[in-house]
Amino acid sequence: MKGLIAIFKMRFGLILNYRMAAIAGLFTQLFFGFVMVMIYYAFYESSGSLSNSGDLPMTITQTVTYLWLAQGLLGLLPWNGDREIYTIIRNGDYVYELVRPLDMYNFWLYRILAQRIAATILRAIPLFLLALYVIPAELRMQGPESLPLFLMFSASMVTAVILGGAISNIITISILFTIGDGIERLLPAIVTIFSGMVIPLAFFPDWAQPILQFLPFSGLVDSPYKFYLGIYGPSELLTVLIHQVLWTLVLVLFGRWMLEKASRRVIVQGG
Amino acid sequence: MNSLNLYTKMISMTIKSQMEYKMSFILMSFGHFLITFIEFIGMYALFLRFDQINGWTIYEVACFYGLVNTSFAIAEAVGRGFDVFHVHVRKGTFDRFLLRPRNITMQIISSEFQLMRIGRMLQGLLVLAWGLYHLETQLLLSDYMIIIYAMVCAVFFFVGLMVFQATLSFWSIESLEIMNAFTYGGVQTAQYPMDIYKEWFQKIFIFVIPIGSVTYFPLAAVLKGGSYSQGLVMPILGFVFFGVGLLAFRIGTRYYCSTGS
Repeated sequence: MKGLIAIFKMRFGLILNYRMAAIAGLFTQLFFGFVMVMIYYAFYESSGSLSNSGDLPMTITQTVTYLWLAQGLLGLLPWNGDREIYTIIRNGDYVYELVRPLDMYNFWLYRILAQRIAATILRAIPLFLLALYVIPAELRMQGPESLPLFLMFSASMVTAVILGGAISNIITISILFTIGDGIERLLPAIVTIFSGMVIPLAFFPDWAQPILQFLPFSGLVDSPYKFYLGIYGPSELLTVLIHQVLWTLVLVLFGRWMLEKASRRVIVQGG
Repeated sequence: MNSLNLYTKMISMTIKSQMEYKMSFILMSFGHFLITFIEFIGMYALFLRFDQINGWTIYEVACFYGLVNTSFAIAEAVGRGFDVFHVHVRKGTFDRFLLRPRNITMQIISSEFQLMRIGRMLQGLLVLAWGLYHLETQLLLSDYMIIIYAMVCAVFFFVGLMVFQATLSFWSIESLEIMNAFTYGGVQTAQYPMDIYKEWFQKIFIFVIPIGSVTYFPLAAVLKGGSYSQGLVMPILGFVFFGVGLLAFRIGTRYYCSTGS
């Protein structure tokens, strides 16, 4: 736990040094948010669903809020592994990782979690403030349905972040097996579309819903957001949390197994 | 040797070196194909729910999507030299370019060529072909010509964006991510017809960052019977944008101050 806090502080300090990059990122995400929101607005408008969403799975306000949430929290999506660890695996500094008196899996997990959380906080807060209060009213994000629902959203976001860490770790560890372009190229596509980052999962055809809900990726984005939007209520909380925690356990065990297998194969060429 | 010969020679060498690792090349291209194709899957799913957007069908929007993605992929492959130009400024290796008795733009363009962008290009072409095939109206030869013309203009536009990005690096290399809003943001925006957006937003993408004029007017002429003269004239803004970019780049080189060594 102490290690976690130390790594976290270090990472946070590091990212705070790149303020210009954060502002540039904020601008980019605000821009993408605008484009996405306007596209959906046009879809709703041209099908006459603005005031009455009919048989659409979400109302326009829910969709717009979902899109802004996704833009703000984009940094939490585990679409890649840890860049610096890629480098040390390639240049051989990986050996130092083996020497550290730390559990390597946990160390990597803490690193990626700290990195994602720090970067996201820095971008999400100003983005949400702008999306909630500043931008034109019809494109604006709405606050949470109620305080209890917001707390449930927060709880499932915490588990979502840890689940994301487990997925990131699998991507990072896979670098030990392939030389950079196997799973690392495939997983971003899978994570992005099945988490609900490309479009809200509810918009996919009805027949696909059971599969989408079963896969671990719905626990990253779609399920937590549904609490914020009031689509899920207290009765779904336990199911969502169990789904996230079970998948996290499975993926952590799988990652650990991969790492152990990889560590045995490592051959260090000189020093 | 004239510049064009030199260019072909250097590019063919780059391609050769990239083909040395064939498996890696295939996997990378496939990765690019997949990561860009999921965007289209999302779009397709939305059309299953909504049928149309502002009167445009999925097939028509697929033409926009295909056109802009194909052009962007070609621009990424060709303009890669400008895309990674900031590295030369940071390390001071731009000096080498300045010393050679050749045109600088030519040197930068021929310094890199990314063949693996063929993944995005193929998916763009596939979607475009799929969209065109399912159109209700019969297209004439002139319609196809206009589409190809728009594609060429769009490539120039996107390379122009990369030139601007490279120019920016003479002053700052920290905030280059801001250009993503215009490159990837431009692609994202132009995947749908311009008329679905709010008016102020359309104006930005027609006059300031003219990807809208380059793709929207020609396709509106072909698909919706819009004005052909507008479809021919407006994409010229893509060339203009590229030209202004080169001009800015030339001014930028005067401000270049080597990092030494």
